[in-house]
Amino acid sequence: MFNQESLAEAGQILLNEFPFAVWETLYVTMLATAFAILIGLPIGVLLVVGEKGSVLPFPKGIMYILNIIINLLRSVPFLILMILVLPLSRLIIGTTVGTVASIVPLVIAAFPFVARLVESSLRDVNPNIIEAAQSMGASPLQIVVKVMLPESLPSLLSNATIAITTILGYSAMSGIIGGGGLGQIAINYGYYRYRYLVMIAAVILLIILVQIFQSLGTFLAKKCDKRLKRKR
Amino acid sequence: MIEIKNLSKSFQTTGNTTTEVLKDISITIQNGDIYGIIGMSGAGKSTLVRCINMLERPTKGTVMIDGCDIGSLSKKELRQIRQNIAMIFQGFNLLMQRNCLKNICFPMELAGMKKTEAKKRALELLNMVGLPDKANAYPAQLSGGQQQRIAIARALATNPKILLCDEATSALDPKTTHSILELIRDINKRLNITVIIITHEMSVVEEICNHVAILDHGVVVEQGTVGSVFSNPKSTAAKRLVFPSGVYEVLRTNTKERCIRVVFHGALATGTPLIAQMAVKQNITANILFASTRCIGDKVYGNMLLGISDDDVVVNRAITYLQGIDNIVVEELGDNV
Repeated sequence: MFNQESLAEAGQILLNEFPFAVWETLYVTMLATAFAILIGLPIGVLLVVGEKGSVLPFPKGIMYILNIIINLLRSVPFLILMILVLPLSRLIIGTTVGTVASIVPLVIAAFPFVARLVESSLRDVNPNIIEAAQSMGASPLQIVVKVMLPESLPSLLSNATIAITTILGYSAMSGIIGGGGLGQIAINYGYYRYRYLVMIAAVILLIILVQIFQSLGTFLAKKCDKRLKRKR
Repeated sequence: MIEIKNLSKSFQTTGNTTTEVLKDISITIQNGDIYGIIGMSGAGKSTLVRCINMLERPTKGTVMIDGCDIGSLSKKELRQIRQNIAMIFQGFNLLMQRNCLKNICFPMELAGMKKTEAKKRALELLNMVGLPDKANAYPAQLSGGQQQRIAIARALATNPKILLCDEATSALDPKTTHSILELIRDINKRLNITVIIITHEMSVVEEICNHVAILDHGVVVEQGTVGSVFSNPKSTAAKRLVFPSGVYEVLRTNTKERCIRVVFHGALATGTPLIAQMAVKQNITANILFASTRCIGDKVYGNMLLGISDDDVVVNRAITYLQGIDNIVVEELGDNV
Protein backbone atom coordinates (compact mmCIF):
# COMPACT_ATOMS: atom_id res chain seq x y z
CA MET A 1 0.00 0.00 0.00
CA PHE A 2 2.81 2.38 0.82
CA ASN A 3 4.99 1.64 -2.21
CA GLN A 4 6.38 4.43 -4.30
CA GLU A 5 3.89 3.96 -7.08
CA SER A 6 0.72 4.16 -5.05
CA LEU A 7 2.07 7.09 -3.06
CA ALA A 8 2.75 8.99 -6.25
CA GLU A 9 -0.68 8.13 -7.58
CA ALA A 10 -2.38 9.25 -4.37
CA GLY A 11 -0.37 12.46 -4.41
CA GLN A 12 -1.52 13.12 -7.93
CA ILE A 13 -5.18 12.59 -7.05
CA LEU A 14 -4.74 14.73 -3.97
CA LEU A 15 -3.47 17.61 -6.04
CA ASN A 16 -5.91 17.29 -8.92
CA GLU A 17 -9.18 16.36 -7.33
CA PHE A 18 -9.09 17.31 -3.68
CA PRO A 19 -9.27 21.09 -3.87
CA PHE A 20 -12.53 20.93 -5.81
CA ALA A 21 -13.85 18.13 -3.60
CA VAL A 22 -13.21 20.15 -0.47
CA TRP A 23 -14.97 23.11 -2.03
CA GLU A 24 -17.91 20.89 -3.04
CA THR A 25 -18.17 19.42 0.44
CA LEU A 26 -18.14 22.85 2.05
CA TYR A 27 -20.62 24.22 -0.45
CA VAL A 28 -23.08 21.35 -0.03
CA THR A 29 -22.73 21.38 3.76
CA MET A 30 -23.23 25.13 4.08
CA LEU A 31 -26.16 25.28 1.71
CA ALA A 32 -27.88 22.24 3.23
CA THR A 33 -27.33 23.63 6.75
CA ALA A 34 -28.70 27.02 5.71
CA PHE A 35 -31.87 25.46 4.27
CA ALA A 36 -32.22 23.09 7.22
CA ILE A 37 -32.05 26.05 9.62
CA LEU A 38 -34.47 28.04 7.48
CA ILE A 39 -37.04 25.27 7.79
CA GLY A 40 -36.03 23.78 11.15
CA LEU A 41 -35.77 26.97 13.21
CA PRO A 42 -39.43 28.04 12.87
CA ILE A 43 -40.56 24.47 13.50
CA GLY A 44 -38.35 24.25 16.58
CA VAL A 45 -39.79 27.53 17.85
CA LEU A 46 -43.31 26.25 17.22
CA LEU A 47 -42.55 23.04 19.13
CA VAL A 48 -41.82 25.13 22.22
CA VAL A 49 -44.24 28.05 22.04
CA GLY A 50 -47.12 25.94 20.70
CA GLU A 51 -47.20 23.73 23.75
CA LYS A 52 -50.02 23.83 26.25
CA GLY A 53 -49.35 26.53 28.85
CA SER A 54 -46.64 28.16 26.77
CA VAL A 55 -46.53 31.52 25.03
CA LEU A 56 -48.74 30.73 22.05
CA PRO A 57 -50.57 27.44 22.60
CA PHE A 58 -51.57 25.60 19.41
CA PRO A 59 -54.32 22.99 19.16
CA LYS A 60 -53.16 19.75 20.71
CA GLY A 61 -53.81 17.82 17.48
CA ILE A 62 -51.50 20.00 15.40
CA MET A 63 -48.68 19.65 17.90
CA TYR A 64 -49.21 15.89 18.01
CA ILE A 65 -49.05 15.51 14.22
CA LEU A 66 -46.02 17.82 14.00
CA ASN A 67 -44.17 15.71 16.54
CA ILE A 68 -45.04 12.49 14.71
CA ILE A 69 -43.82 13.85 11.36
CA ILE A 70 -40.53 14.95 12.90
CA ASN A 71 -40.02 11.63 14.61
CA LEU A 72 -40.83 9.78 11.39
CA LEU A 73 -38.28 11.75 9.38
CA ARG A 74 -35.71 11.36 12.15
CA SER A 75 -36.13 7.61 12.29
CA VAL A 76 -35.50 6.88 8.59
CA PRO A 77 -31.80 6.03 8.12
CA PHE A 78 -30.14 8.60 5.89
CA LEU A 79 -28.97 6.01 3.39
CA ILE A 80 -32.59 4.97 2.77
CA LEU A 81 -33.96 8.50 2.97
CA MET A 82 -31.63 9.50 0.13
CA ILE A 83 -33.27 6.91 -2.11
CA LEU A 84 -36.80 7.70 -0.89
CA VAL A 85 -36.55 11.37 -1.79
CA LEU A 86 -35.16 10.79 -5.29
CA PRO A 87 -38.50 11.73 -6.92
CA LEU A 88 -38.56 14.92 -4.87
CA SER A 89 -35.03 15.81 -5.98
CA ARG A 90 -36.10 15.32 -9.59
CA LEU A 91 -39.10 17.57 -8.99
CA ILE A 92 -37.13 20.39 -7.37
CA ILE A 93 -33.71 20.26 -9.06
CA GLY A 94 -34.65 18.45 -12.26
CA THR A 95 -32.14 15.65 -11.74
CA THR A 96 -31.34 13.01 -9.12
CA VAL A 97 -27.58 12.87 -9.51
CA GLY A 98 -24.88 15.37 -8.82
CA THR A 99 -23.84 17.66 -6.06
CA VAL A 100 -26.80 20.03 -6.18
CA ALA A 101 -29.30 17.19 -6.20
CA SER A 102 -27.75 15.77 -3.03
CA ILE A 103 -28.77 18.91 -1.16
CA VAL A 104 -32.43 17.85 -1.21
CA PRO A 105 -32.07 14.66 0.85
CA LEU A 106 -29.60 16.44 3.13
CA VAL A 107 -32.13 19.16 3.91
CA ILE A 108 -34.95 16.66 4.37
CA ALA A 109 -32.80 14.66 6.79
CA ALA A 110 -31.40 17.67 8.63
CA PHE A 111 -34.34 20.00 9.20
CA PRO A 112 -36.16 17.73 11.70
CA PHE A 113 -32.86 17.31 13.51
CA VAL A 114 -32.35 21.08 13.55
CA ALA A 115 -35.93 21.55 14.79
CA ARG A 116 -35.22 19.24 17.74
CA LEU A 117 -31.97 21.04 18.52
CA VAL A 118 -33.72 24.42 18.44
CA GLU A 119 -36.43 22.98 20.66
CA SER A 120 -33.92 21.84 23.26
CA SER A 121 -32.10 25.20 23.18
CA LEU A 122 -35.30 27.19 23.67
CA ARG A 123 -36.49 24.93 26.46
CA ASP A 124 -33.41 25.92 28.42
CA VAL A 125 -34.48 29.56 28.54
CA ASN A 126 -35.41 30.41 32.12
CA PRO A 127 -39.24 30.37 32.18
CA ASN A 128 -39.16 33.11 34.81
CA ILE A 129 -37.56 35.47 32.32
CA ILE A 130 -40.35 34.71 29.85
CA GLU A 131 -42.88 35.34 32.58
CA ALA A 132 -41.19 38.66 33.34
CA ALA A 133 -41.50 39.65 29.68
CA GLN A 134 -45.17 38.68 29.74
CA SER A 135 -45.67 40.79 32.83
CA MET A 136 -44.34 43.76 30.84
CA GLY A 137 -46.90 43.19 28.13
CA ALA A 138 -44.75 41.41 25.53
CA SER A 139 -46.62 39.74 22.67
CA PRO A 140 -45.84 36.13 21.72
CA LEU A 141 -43.83 37.30 18.70
CA GLN A 142 -41.85 39.75 20.85
CA ILE A 143 -41.14 36.99 23.36
CA VAL A 144 -39.75 34.73 20.63
CA VAL A 145 -37.72 37.41 18.85
CA LYS A 146 -36.58 39.52 21.79
CA VAL A 147 -36.35 37.01 24.62
CA MET A 148 -36.21 33.34 23.64
CA LEU A 149 -33.88 33.51 20.65
CA PRO A 150 -31.38 36.08 22.03
CA GLU A 151 -31.33 34.43 25.46
CA SER A 152 -30.59 31.02 23.97
CA LEU A 153 -28.11 32.29 21.37
CA PRO A 154 -25.03 30.59 22.89
CA SER A 155 -26.87 27.28 23.06
CA LEU A 156 -28.27 27.76 19.54
CA LEU A 157 -24.77 28.37 18.24
CA SER A 158 -23.30 25.26 19.83
CA ASN A 159 -26.25 23.25 18.52
CA ALA A 160 -25.72 24.75 15.05
CA THR A 161 -22.20 23.40 15.29
CA ILE A 162 -23.56 19.95 16.05
CA ALA A 163 -25.90 20.27 13.08
CA ILE A 164 -23.21 21.38 10.66
CA THR A 165 -20.81 18.58 11.62
CA THR A 166 -23.61 16.02 11.31
CA ILE A 167 -24.61 17.38 7.90
CA LEU A 168 -20.96 17.26 6.85
CA GLY A 169 -20.99 13.56 7.67
CA TYR A 170 -24.25 13.03 5.78
CA SER A 171 -22.88 14.91 2.77
CA ALA A 172 -20.01 12.45 2.60
CA MET A 173 -22.56 9.64 2.57
CA SER A 174 -24.37 11.21 -0.35
CA GLY A 175 -21.36 10.25 -2.48
CA ILE A 176 -23.23 6.93 -2.85
CA ILE A 177 -26.01 8.52 -4.91
CA GLY A 178 -23.66 10.69 -6.90
CA GLY A 179 -23.32 13.68 -4.65
CA GLY A 180 -19.89 15.23 -5.06
CA GLY A 181 -17.23 16.07 -2.54
CA LEU A 182 -14.81 14.25 -0.26
CA GLY A 183 -17.28 11.45 0.39
CA GLN A 184 -17.52 10.62 -3.28
CA ILE A 185 -13.76 10.49 -3.63
CA ALA A 186 -13.42 8.27 -0.59
CA ILE A 187 -16.07 5.88 -1.87
CA ASN A 188 -14.98 5.86 -5.50
CA TYR A 189 -11.28 5.39 -4.88
CA GLY A 190 -11.36 3.52 -1.61
CA TYR A 191 -14.37 1.25 -2.05
CA TYR A 192 -14.57 0.68 -5.80
CA ARG A 193 -10.90 0.91 -6.75
CA TYR A 194 -9.10 -0.20 -3.57
CA ARG A 195 -7.04 3.00 -3.39
CA TYR A 196 -6.97 3.03 0.40
CA LEU A 197 -4.45 5.84 0.63
CA VAL A 198 -6.81 8.19 -1.17
CA MET A 199 -9.64 7.16 1.08
CA ILE A 200 -7.56 7.76 4.19
CA ALA A 201 -6.57 11.20 2.89
CA ALA A 202 -10.23 12.04 2.27
CA VAL A 203 -11.16 10.89 5.76
CA ILE A 204 -8.35 12.95 7.28
CA LEU A 205 -9.61 16.01 5.44
CA LEU A 206 -13.14 15.37 6.73
CA ILE A 207 -11.76 15.10 10.26
CA ILE A 208 -9.92 18.39 9.84
CA LEU A 209 -13.07 20.09 8.56
CA VAL A 210 -15.09 18.81 11.53
CA GLN A 211 -12.38 20.04 13.89
CA ILE A 212 -12.41 23.48 12.31
CA PHE A 213 -16.21 23.78 12.45
CA GLN A 214 -16.34 22.53 16.02
CA SER A 215 -13.61 24.85 17.29
CA LEU A 216 -15.14 27.82 15.52
CA GLY A 217 -18.61 27.01 16.85
CA THR A 218 -17.42 26.53 20.42
CA PHE A 219 -15.42 29.75 20.23
CA LEU A 220 -18.39 31.77 18.98
CA ALA A 221 -20.82 30.23 21.46
CA LYS A 222 -18.50 31.05 24.34
CA LYS A 223 -17.71 34.50 23.07
CA CYS A 224 -21.33 35.59 22.75
CA ASP A 225 -22.41 34.18 26.12
CA LYS A 226 -22.68 37.13 28.50
CA ARG A 227 -23.43 34.86 31.44
CA LEU A 228 -19.81 33.77 31.54
CA LYS A 229 -18.41 37.27 31.79
CA ARG A 230 -17.22 37.82 35.30
CA LYS A 231 -16.50 41.10 37.00
CA ARG A 232 -13.98 43.24 35.19
CA MET B 1 -57.48 51.57 43.60
CA ILE B 2 -57.13 47.81 43.27
CA GLU B 3 -60.16 45.81 44.28
CA ILE B 4 -59.87 42.06 44.45
CA LYS B 5 -63.35 40.63 44.88
CA ASN B 6 -64.25 37.07 45.85
CA LEU B 7 -61.30 35.74 43.93
CA SER B 8 -60.75 31.99 43.77
CA LYS B 9 -58.22 29.99 41.81
CA SER B 10 -58.01 26.26 41.37
CA PHE B 11 -55.47 24.23 39.48
CA GLN B 12 -56.16 21.01 37.65
CA THR B 13 -53.87 18.41 39.11
CA THR B 14 -53.21 14.96 37.73
CA GLY B 15 -56.33 13.03 37.07
CA ASN B 16 -59.51 14.99 37.45
CA THR B 17 -58.90 16.40 40.89
CA THR B 18 -58.55 20.13 41.37
CA THR B 19 -56.71 21.92 44.13
CA GLU B 20 -58.09 25.21 45.26
CA VAL B 21 -55.10 27.48 45.85
CA LEU B 22 -57.03 30.66 46.58
CA LYS B 23 -60.42 30.75 48.23
CA ASP B 24 -62.79 33.69 48.06
CA ILE B 25 -60.22 36.44 48.49
CA SER B 26 -61.33 40.04 48.82
CA ILE B 27 -58.77 42.78 49.29
CA THR B 28 -58.96 46.49 48.55
CA ILE B 29 -55.76 48.44 48.05
CA GLN B 30 -55.78 52.23 47.94
CA ASN B 31 -53.70 54.22 45.47
CA GLY B 32 -50.29 55.12 46.83
CA ASP B 33 -50.40 52.47 49.54
CA ILE B 34 -47.71 49.93 50.33
CA TYR B 35 -49.64 46.74 50.89
CA GLY B 36 -48.08 43.56 52.19
CA ILE B 37 -49.37 40.09 51.50
CA ILE B 38 -47.68 37.65 53.82
CA GLY B 39 -47.93 33.93 54.30
CA MET B 40 -45.95 30.76 54.66
CA SER B 41 -44.69 29.11 51.50
CA GLY B 42 -47.54 27.36 49.74
CA ALA B 43 -50.12 29.80 51.07
CA GLY B 44 -50.91 31.03 47.55
CA LYS B 45 -49.24 34.45 47.69
CA SER B 46 -47.48 34.17 44.36
CA THR B 47 -50.62 32.94 42.63
CA LEU B 48 -52.58 35.83 44.13
CA VAL B 49 -50.12 38.44 42.90
CA ARG B 50 -50.15 36.85 39.43
CA CYS B 51 -53.92 37.19 39.37
CA ILE B 52 -53.50 40.95 39.71
CA ASN B 53 -51.86 41.20 36.28
CA MET B 54 -53.63 38.12 34.90
CA LEU B 55 -50.50 36.05 34.48
CA GLU B 56 -52.81 33.60 36.20
CA ARG B 57 -56.48 33.70 35.34
CA PRO B 58 -58.68 33.54 38.43
CA THR B 59 -61.25 30.75 38.35
CA LYS B 60 -63.82 32.94 40.04
CA GLY B 61 -64.04 36.56 41.12
CA THR B 62 -62.77 39.82 39.67
CA VAL B 63 -59.79 42.13 39.84
CA MET B 64 -60.67 45.78 39.30
CA ILE B 65 -57.94 48.35 38.75
CA ASP B 66 -59.23 51.92 38.90
CA GLY B 67 -62.68 50.63 38.06
CA CYS B 68 -61.58 48.51 35.12
CA ASP B 69 -62.27 44.77 35.30
CA ILE B 70 -58.98 43.50 33.89
CA GLY B 71 -60.21 39.93 33.64
CA SER B 72 -62.59 40.99 30.88
CA LEU B 73 -59.95 42.67 28.71
CA SER B 74 -58.84 41.28 25.35
CA LYS B 75 -55.30 39.94 25.03
CA LYS B 76 -54.16 43.12 23.35
CA GLU B 77 -55.79 45.41 25.92
CA LEU B 78 -54.29 43.29 28.68
CA ARG B 79 -50.78 43.70 27.21
CA GLN B 80 -51.42 47.42 27.13
CA ILE B 81 -52.51 47.61 30.75
CA ARG B 82 -49.60 45.43 31.89
CA GLN B 83 -47.32 48.32 31.04
CA ASN B 84 -48.97 50.07 33.99
CA ILE B 85 -48.47 47.13 36.34
CA ALA B 86 -44.77 46.47 36.74
CA MET B 87 -43.44 43.44 38.54
CA ILE B 88 -40.17 42.49 40.21
CA PHE B 89 -39.22 38.98 41.22
CA GLN B 90 -37.23 36.95 43.71
CA GLY B 91 -34.89 35.77 40.96
CA PHE B 92 -34.59 39.27 39.39
CA ASN B 93 -35.31 37.74 35.94
CA LEU B 94 -33.08 40.05 33.98
CA LEU B 95 -32.21 39.20 30.40
CA MET B 96 -28.80 37.61 30.86
CA GLN B 97 -27.61 38.30 27.32
CA ARG B 98 -28.36 42.02 27.47
CA ASN B 99 -26.42 44.62 29.36
CA CYS B 100 -28.09 46.67 32.09
CA LEU B 101 -28.93 49.63 29.87
CA LYS B 102 -30.60 47.39 27.30
CA ASN B 103 -32.41 45.51 30.05
CA ILE B 104 -33.96 48.76 31.22
CA CYS B 105 -34.75 49.70 27.61
CA PHE B 106 -36.52 46.36 27.11
CA PRO B 107 -40.05 47.29 28.30
CA MET B 108 -39.82 50.59 26.40
CA GLU B 109 -38.80 48.64 23.31
CA LEU B 110 -41.87 46.44 23.77
CA ALA B 111 -44.02 49.54 24.05
CA GLY B 112 -42.55 50.87 20.81
CA MET B 113 -40.68 53.85 22.22
CA LYS B 114 -37.95 55.49 20.12
CA LYS B 115 -34.48 54.11 20.79
CA THR B 116 -32.80 57.40 21.65
CA GLU B 117 -35.64 58.37 23.97
CA ALA B 118 -35.58 54.96 25.67
CA LYS B 119 -31.84 55.20 26.20
CA LYS B 120 -32.15 58.63 27.76
CA ARG B 121 -34.80 57.43 30.16
CA ALA B 122 -32.83 54.28 30.98
CA LEU B 123 -29.82 56.38 31.95
CA GLU B 124 -32.03 58.50 34.21
CA LEU B 125 -33.39 55.37 35.85
CA LEU B 126 -29.89 53.96 36.34
CA ASN B 127 -29.11 57.13 38.22
CA MET B 128 -32.26 56.85 40.27
CA VAL B 129 -31.46 53.33 41.47
CA GLY B 130 -27.90 54.39 42.25
CA LEU B 131 -26.02 52.43 39.59
CA PRO B 132 -25.09 55.04 36.96
CA ASP B 133 -21.80 53.30 36.20
CA LYS B 134 -23.33 49.92 35.38
CA ALA B 135 -24.92 50.79 32.03
CA ASN B 136 -22.62 48.50 30.05
CA ALA B 137 -22.28 45.75 32.66
CA TYR B 138 -24.05 42.43 32.17
CA PRO B 139 -26.33 41.02 34.90
CA ALA B 140 -23.89 38.16 35.59
CA GLN B 141 -21.33 40.75 36.62
CA LEU B 142 -23.57 42.26 39.30
CA SER B 143 -24.39 41.24 42.86
CA GLY B 144 -27.93 40.19 43.77
CA GLY B 145 -28.79 43.56 45.25
CA GLN B 146 -27.48 45.36 42.18
CA GLN B 147 -29.45 43.05 39.89
CA GLN B 148 -32.62 43.81 41.82
CA ARG B 149 -31.91 47.53 41.47
CA ILE B 150 -31.63 47.09 37.71
CA ALA B 151 -34.88 45.09 37.78
CA ILE B 152 -36.55 47.94 39.67
CA ALA B 153 -35.25 50.46 37.14
CA ARG B 154 -36.60 48.24 34.37
CA ALA B 155 -39.96 47.98 36.14
CA LEU B 156 -40.22 51.76 36.39
CA ALA B 157 -39.32 52.36 32.74
CA THR B 158 -42.89 52.54 31.46
CA ASN B 159 -44.09 54.81 34.30
CA PRO B 160 -46.29 52.19 35.95
CA LYS B 161 -48.99 53.00 38.48
CA ILE B 162 -48.55 49.75 40.36
CA LEU B 163 -45.46 47.82 41.39
CA LEU B 164 -45.85 44.17 42.29
CA CYS B 165 -42.98 42.71 44.30
CA ASP B 166 -42.98 38.93 44.34
CA GLU B 167 -40.59 37.92 47.14
CA ALA B 168 -38.31 40.63 45.79
CA THR B 169 -35.95 40.57 48.77
CA SER B 170 -36.08 36.89 49.67
CA ALA B 171 -32.83 36.07 47.88
CA LEU B 172 -30.95 38.94 49.47
CA ASP B 173 -29.06 39.33 52.75
CA PRO B 174 -30.61 41.51 55.50
CA LYS B 175 -28.52 44.58 54.74
CA THR B 176 -29.24 44.49 51.02
CA THR B 177 -32.90 43.76 51.77
CA HIS B 178 -32.99 46.91 53.83
CA SER B 179 -31.48 49.04 51.07
CA ILE B 180 -33.84 47.62 48.44
CA LEU B 181 -36.83 48.29 50.71
CA GLU B 182 -35.57 51.85 51.21
CA LEU B 183 -35.48 52.25 47.44
CA ILE B 184 -39.01 50.89 47.07
CA ARG B 185 -40.29 53.20 49.79
CA ASP B 186 -38.55 56.13 48.14
CA ILE B 187 -40.14 55.25 44.79
CA ASN B 188 -43.54 54.92 46.44
CA LYS B 189 -43.24 58.37 48.00
CA ARG B 190 -41.67 60.16 45.06
CA LEU B 191 -43.70 58.70 42.21
CA ASN B 192 -46.82 57.82 44.17
CA ILE B 193 -46.77 54.27 42.87
CA THR B 194 -48.97 51.72 44.61
CA VAL B 195 -46.76 48.91 45.86
CA ILE B 196 -47.86 45.38 46.64
CA ILE B 197 -45.30 43.29 48.48
CA ILE B 198 -45.46 39.55 48.63
CA THR B 199 -43.24 38.07 51.28
CA HIS B 200 -42.86 35.39 53.89
CA GLU B 201 -40.70 37.61 56.07
CA MET B 202 -42.40 39.54 58.83
CA SER B 203 -39.52 42.00 59.00
CA VAL B 204 -40.21 43.15 55.44
CA VAL B 205 -43.83 43.96 56.22
CA GLU B 206 -42.85 45.68 59.46
CA GLU B 207 -40.30 47.82 57.74
CA ILE B 208 -42.20 49.11 54.78
CA CYS B 209 -45.91 48.23 54.59
CA ASN B 210 -48.88 50.32 55.71
CA HIS B 211 -51.44 47.58 55.36
CA VAL B 212 -51.11 43.84 55.45
CA ALA B 213 -53.16 40.78 54.58
CA ILE B 214 -52.24 37.42 56.03
CA LEU B 215 -52.76 34.51 53.72
CA ASP B 216 -53.03 30.99 55.04
CA HIS B 217 -53.86 28.00 52.87
CA GLY B 218 -55.42 30.23 50.24
CA VAL B 219 -57.59 32.21 52.65
CA VAL B 220 -57.13 35.75 53.91
CA VAL B 221 -57.26 35.15 57.65
CA GLU B 222 -56.56 38.69 58.74
CA GLN B 223 -56.13 42.12 57.18
CA GLY B 224 -55.76 45.68 58.32
CA THR B 225 -53.09 48.21 59.19
CA VAL B 226 -49.78 46.62 60.01
CA GLY B 227 -49.92 48.07 63.55
CA SER B 228 -53.28 46.56 64.38
CA VAL B 229 -52.48 43.13 62.95
CA PHE B 230 -49.11 42.99 64.65
CA SER B 231 -50.17 44.20 68.04
CA ASN B 232 -53.20 42.00 68.20
CA PRO B 233 -52.92 38.99 65.92
CA LYS B 234 -56.08 36.94 66.17
CA SER B 235 -55.64 34.00 63.84
CA THR B 236 -53.26 31.14 64.40
CA ALA B 237 -51.48 31.89 61.14
CA ALA B 238 -50.98 35.52 62.12
CA LYS B 239 -49.65 34.57 65.52
CA ARG B 240 -47.28 32.08 63.96
CA LEU B 241 -45.91 34.85 61.76
CA VAL B 242 -45.75 37.58 64.39
CA PHE B 243 -44.11 35.52 67.09
CA PRO B 244 -40.94 33.61 66.47
CA SER B 245 -41.49 29.97 65.80
CA GLY B 246 -40.69 27.43 68.42
CA VAL B 247 -41.13 29.73 71.42
CA TYR B 248 -44.51 28.34 72.38
CA GLU B 249 -43.62 24.74 71.86
CA VAL B 250 -40.74 25.11 74.27
CA LEU B 251 -42.73 27.15 76.78
CA ARG B 252 -45.60 24.67 76.83
CA THR B 253 -43.42 22.18 78.64
CA ASN B 254 -43.61 24.19 81.86
CA THR B 255 -47.10 23.31 83.06
CA LYS B 256 -46.85 24.95 86.46
CA GLU B 257 -47.25 28.37 84.91
CA ARG B 258 -50.02 30.02 82.94
CA CYS B 259 -49.18 32.22 80.00
CA ILE B 260 -50.33 35.78 79.53
CA ARG B 261 -49.54 37.81 76.50
CA VAL B 262 -49.12 41.56 76.95
CA VAL B 263 -48.92 43.80 73.89
CA PHE B 264 -47.84 47.43 74.19
CA HIS B 265 -48.97 50.05 71.71
CA GLY B 266 -46.74 53.02 71.31
CA ALA B 267 -43.80 54.45 73.16
CA LEU B 268 -45.90 55.53 76.13
CA ALA B 269 -46.80 51.99 77.05
CA THR B 270 -43.28 50.69 76.51
CA GLY B 271 -42.05 53.29 78.98
CA THR B 272 -44.11 51.88 81.83
CA PRO B 273 -42.28 49.70 84.38
CA LEU B 274 -45.11 47.26 84.21
CA ILE B 275 -43.77 44.11 85.82
CA ALA B 276 -42.23 45.99 88.72
CA GLN B 277 -45.45 47.88 89.35
CA MET B 278 -47.47 44.69 89.26
CA ALA B 279 -45.12 43.10 91.77
CA VAL B 280 -45.21 46.09 94.10
CA LYS B 281 -48.87 47.05 93.85
CA GLN B 282 -50.55 43.68 93.31
CA ASN B 283 -47.93 41.46 94.83
CA ILE B 284 -47.96 39.24 91.76
CA THR B 285 -44.62 37.96 90.55
CA ALA B 286 -44.39 37.39 86.86
CA ASN B 287 -41.79 35.50 84.95
CA ILE B 288 -40.81 37.01 81.60
CA LEU B 289 -40.79 34.16 79.11
CA PHE B 290 -40.40 36.17 75.95
CA ALA B 291 -40.19 39.83 75.07
CA SER B 292 -39.56 41.90 71.98
CA THR B 293 -39.91 45.46 70.80
CA ARG B 294 -40.25 46.44 67.19
CA CYS B 295 -40.84 49.58 65.20
CA ILE B 296 -43.68 49.57 62.73
CA GLY B 297 -43.87 52.76 60.76
CA ASP B 298 -43.26 55.46 63.34
CA LYS B 299 -44.77 53.56 66.26
CA VAL B 300 -43.17 51.26 68.77
CA TYR B 301 -44.75 47.95 69.62
CA GLY B 302 -43.79 45.75 72.54
CA ASN B 303 -44.78 42.19 72.98
CA MET B 304 -44.26 40.15 76.11
CA LEU B 305 -45.15 36.72 77.37
CA LEU B 306 -45.51 36.43 81.12
CA GLY B 307 -45.56 33.28 83.14
CA ILE B 308 -47.78 33.47 86.23
CA SER B 309 -48.37 30.75 88.81
CA ASP B 310 -51.19 28.37 87.96
CA ASP B 311 -53.91 29.91 90.14
CA ASP B 312 -57.19 31.26 88.71
CA VAL B 313 -57.46 34.08 91.23
CA VAL B 314 -53.94 35.34 90.67
CA VAL B 315 -54.18 35.11 86.90
CA ASN B 316 -57.50 36.99 86.81
CA ARG B 317 -56.13 39.68 89.10
CA ALA B 318 -53.10 40.12 86.92
CA ILE B 319 -55.22 40.39 83.78
CA THR B 320 -57.59 42.90 85.35
CA TYR B 321 -54.69 44.96 86.58
CA LEU B 322 -52.91 45.00 83.24
CA GLN B 323 -56.09 45.80 81.33
CA GLY B 324 -56.50 48.90 83.44
CA ILE B 325 -53.41 50.45 81.87
CA ASP B 326 -53.72 52.47 78.67
CA ASN B 327 -52.49 51.14 75.33
CA ILE B 328 -52.02 47.63 76.57
CA VAL B 329 -53.77 44.52 75.32
CA VAL B 330 -53.79 41.45 77.52
CA GLU B 331 -54.94 37.94 76.88
CA GLU B 332 -54.39 34.59 78.40
CA LEU B 333 -53.08 31.98 76.06
CA GLY B 334 -54.80 28.66 75.88
CA ASP B 335 -53.19 25.52 74.62
CA ASN B 336 -53.48 26.49 71.01
CA VAL B 337 -51.61 29.70 70.43
